[in-house]
Amino acid sequence: MKWFLVALIVAATSAGELLQAHKMKSHGEIHDFRPGALGRVFGRVFRDPRVFLSLLCMAVSFFAFLALLRVADLSFAVPATASTYVVETVLAALVLKEKIGRRRWAGAALVACGVFLVAL
Amino acid sequence: MSGRVARLHFKTRLLAVVVILANVLGNFFLSLGMKAADAGRFLLTALLDPWVLLGIALLVVWLLSRMTLLSWADLSYVLPVTSLGYVLTALAGRFLLGEAVSTWRWAGVALIVAGVGLVQRTPIRTTRPRGRREAA
Repeated sequence: MKWFLVALIVAATSAGELLQAHKMKSHGEIHDFRPGALGRVFGRVFRDPRVFLSLLCMAVSFFAFLALLRVADLSFAVPATASTYVVETVLAALVLKEKIGRRRWAGAALVACGVFLVAL
Repeated sequence: MSGRVARLHFKTRLLAVVVILANVLGNFFLSLGMKAADAGRFLLTALLDPWVLLGIALLVVWLLSRMTLLSWADLSYVLPVTSLGYVLTALAGRFLLGEAVSTWRWAGVALIVAGVGLVQRTPIRTTRPRGRREAA
């Protein structure tokens, strides 16, 4: 049960964040941080089907996380779901076509190892 | 041009701090509330716990600030940089809650800091901007 929930969280989080990044990238840089302007931007953004799907994924991941916290400690839950870092970085290169140079790969690898160790 | 780049870096760092703090505090209050909630109770009743509600509010701030950050920064940039939250959690555990932090955990903290140091010195955005404002 624990590991099923972990797998569900990793899959749903990665899908959700990828969809979100895809939408925000195509939206373009947000310049205006006044509350009214931000409200209009997010009003439009939240009507996009990608964002709707991404929120659905994040809701699945959120409730799976709550369920996981009932059967395991936070010190198990957070690190166990940390493999999303690896999955998402690879997908960012493949799907979002981000150009990940050697330095960023090295940094991402260090972070992934660090997050794993932080669990122990 | 360099002024624009400096501005982008400043904006990115500032928002990254908001994203990290909202995430760490949100998770903390959520976990506090879930632990306080009686294990025998139905999961949905835990949602009425004030700490759980505060945690959820902070996670909404986290979601919106993160989406804003993703409107100009790469996912592969945002992801490692915001992992500094783990470092913050470890430091808070050690210095605020007096938890013992193992050598392995400190090693993890060091690796994350080193990794973020590397990623931070890569371009914030590597995909071509397609927003309406970018045409101007």
